[in-house]
Amino acid sequence: MVKTKKKKSGFKKNLPFLLIALPGVLYILINNYIPMFGVFLAFKDYNFMKGIFGSDWCGFANFKFLFSTNAAWIMTRNTILYNLAFIVLGTIAAIFVAVLMCELGERLRVKFFQAALLLPNLLSWVVIGFVAYAFLNADTGFINKTILAGLGISPVSWYTYKDAWPAILIIVYLWKNMGYQSIIYMSAIAGIDKSLYEAAALDGATKIQQIFKVTLPMLRSTITILTLMSIGRIFFSDFGLFYQVPQNSGALYDVTQTIDTYVYRGLMELNDVGMSAAAGLYQSVVGFILVLVANGIVRKVDADNALF
Amino acid sequence: MTESKGFNRVATVILAVLVVITLMPVALIIIASLTEESALVRNGYSYFPESWSLDAYYYMVKQGAVIVRAYGVSFFVTVVGTVVSVLLTTMLAYPMSRKAFKYRNALTFFVFFTMLFNGGIVPSYIMWTRFFHIKNTIWALLLPNYLVTAFNVILVKNYYTNSIPDSLIEAAQIDGANEFTIFSKIMLPLAVPTVATISLFTGLCYWNDWTNGLYYVDNEKYYSIQLLLIKIMNNIQALKSNSTAALLGTGQVELPGTSVRMAMAFIGIVPILIIYPFVQKYLIRGVVVGAVKG
Repeated sequence: MVKTKKKKSGFKKNLPFLLIALPGVLYILINNYIPMFGVFLAFKDYNFMKGIFGSDWCGFANFKFLFSTNAAWIMTRNTILYNLAFIVLGTIAAIFVAVLMCELGERLRVKFFQAALLLPNLLSWVVIGFVAYAFLNADTGFINKTILAGLGISPVSWYTYKDAWPAILIIVYLWKNMGYQSIIYMSAIAGIDKSLYEAAALDGATKIQQIFKVTLPMLRSTITILTLMSIGRIFFSDFGLFYQVPQNSGALYDVTQTIDTYVYRGLMELNDVGMSAAAGLYQSVVGFILVLVANGIVRKVDADNALF
Repeated sequence: MTESKGFNRVATVILAVLVVITLMPVALIIIASLTEESALVRNGYSYFPESWSLDAYYYMVKQGAVIVRAYGVSFFVTVVGTVVSVLLTTMLAYPMSRKAFKYRNALTFFVFFTMLFNGGIVPSYIMWTRFFHIKNTIWALLLPNYLVTAFNVILVKNYYTNSIPDSLIEAAQIDGANEFTIFSKIMLPLAVPTVATISLFTGLCYWNDWTNGLYYVDNEKYYSIQLLLIKIMNNIQALKSNSTAALLGTGQVELPGTSVRMAMAFIGIVPILIIYPFVQKYLIRGVVVGAVKG
């Protein structure tokens, strides 16, 4: 009797909290958790008429088919290689900018520079697709009509010229993300103890030496953590970058297809639900394992910065 | 770092060059939208057009209905999406921050887990289209993906935990306030800086979103400005269809096809450019806070 009373009051105490959380919990349940249980679609031979529950099971057939073509290899290779390039070059660019910015101190100039460098990050991939188009399109693009024409080189059909795209995508990525990432490093540099620089200066260290001997070593844990986090996301690509910037050009799929664009095309263009779901599950599972591993390493390096 | 005049100057020059390079592509869009069509066809998109013209903008005014509607859809989705999102997010984060709540760890894990694993787009697409039937409704632009994100919830939860002292809540409890009052009268007003940051992120996210449109909308009625841009890039017909005949009838207006595309892209970013100077502070703070403990 006493026990139930206590339980009741405990529940009563928690009820207001549960009610406040309820709308958000319901949304996450629907938006995030129900699709998690929907991953069984990857093991079905999906038929629109039969629906998701009525469609026949097909075991691993979707996966077998997916990995029997070289589509799986190409999209995995592209996703990982682009991400690696982004991690390495993105980090270098961001630190470069952050070091220079911090050099200027708290001036108005810094605010302006920061605002300008962050601007591309606020634009949608659709708009960035238009920007790229203004540069790259064959007939009226800035590169063909002004730069190449000025050099006397004949125009290039960029949207079918595969070899150029790794470079183009990396440049667009850096353009959009450099400002954003440099802000993170700027805050890390701002946290470095000033007396270290004073000591270094007293010992006769030049500016460049201070950067290499003080700033960069002090940034090591931030770099390690951010890099590990990015490696945890290495199986995921920015759909907009790989879909909008190349204008969905079929001739470029070899170098622009990532897991995310494959899943989209499978579902929306080819209506191959089973295959698309299989590729999606492949991404989710490998991605999940990578996040766990990366976080495990972060926890070893610096427990405070681990996600969990 | 200690001051050094020479190095300072070098840093300024390098950064100034980077800033110019960063802004150039955006400038090309604006200049291209102001270039006369014939000059554009002759010389391509150029920073120094042979002749300027506002034709692209006149053309858009004439074609107003489609663009105004898409603008309206984008504004509606951005405002409603952001307001609802902020409300749900701050409400969900509140119990997670209260030690008195028995299930706070379970709830935190429930939210956090969505950052680690997701079911992918296929099950989610089938759920939204076959069970909720959101295809070609305004819900398609509002509901999937962005309304409550683990990232924002955890941002707010950390703010509640770290910046609002327990003593404040205890004092309110002594005065007889219940949890709903504490949330709405104390926690929400005190969380304004974080609310500003997540509103900005969410607002930008809704304004810039095109993937929900790509997946769930093919009815012109619910084109957002981003989706309209996609359709225009695919085919300038989307804009032209309703009044091509009228234009050709007058026989004097050349369709500013190439410059109008850039004018459209430009008006797609105008709202962002307008609010940017006022919100830069909150954006930058959000980037820093989010990166450190997302």
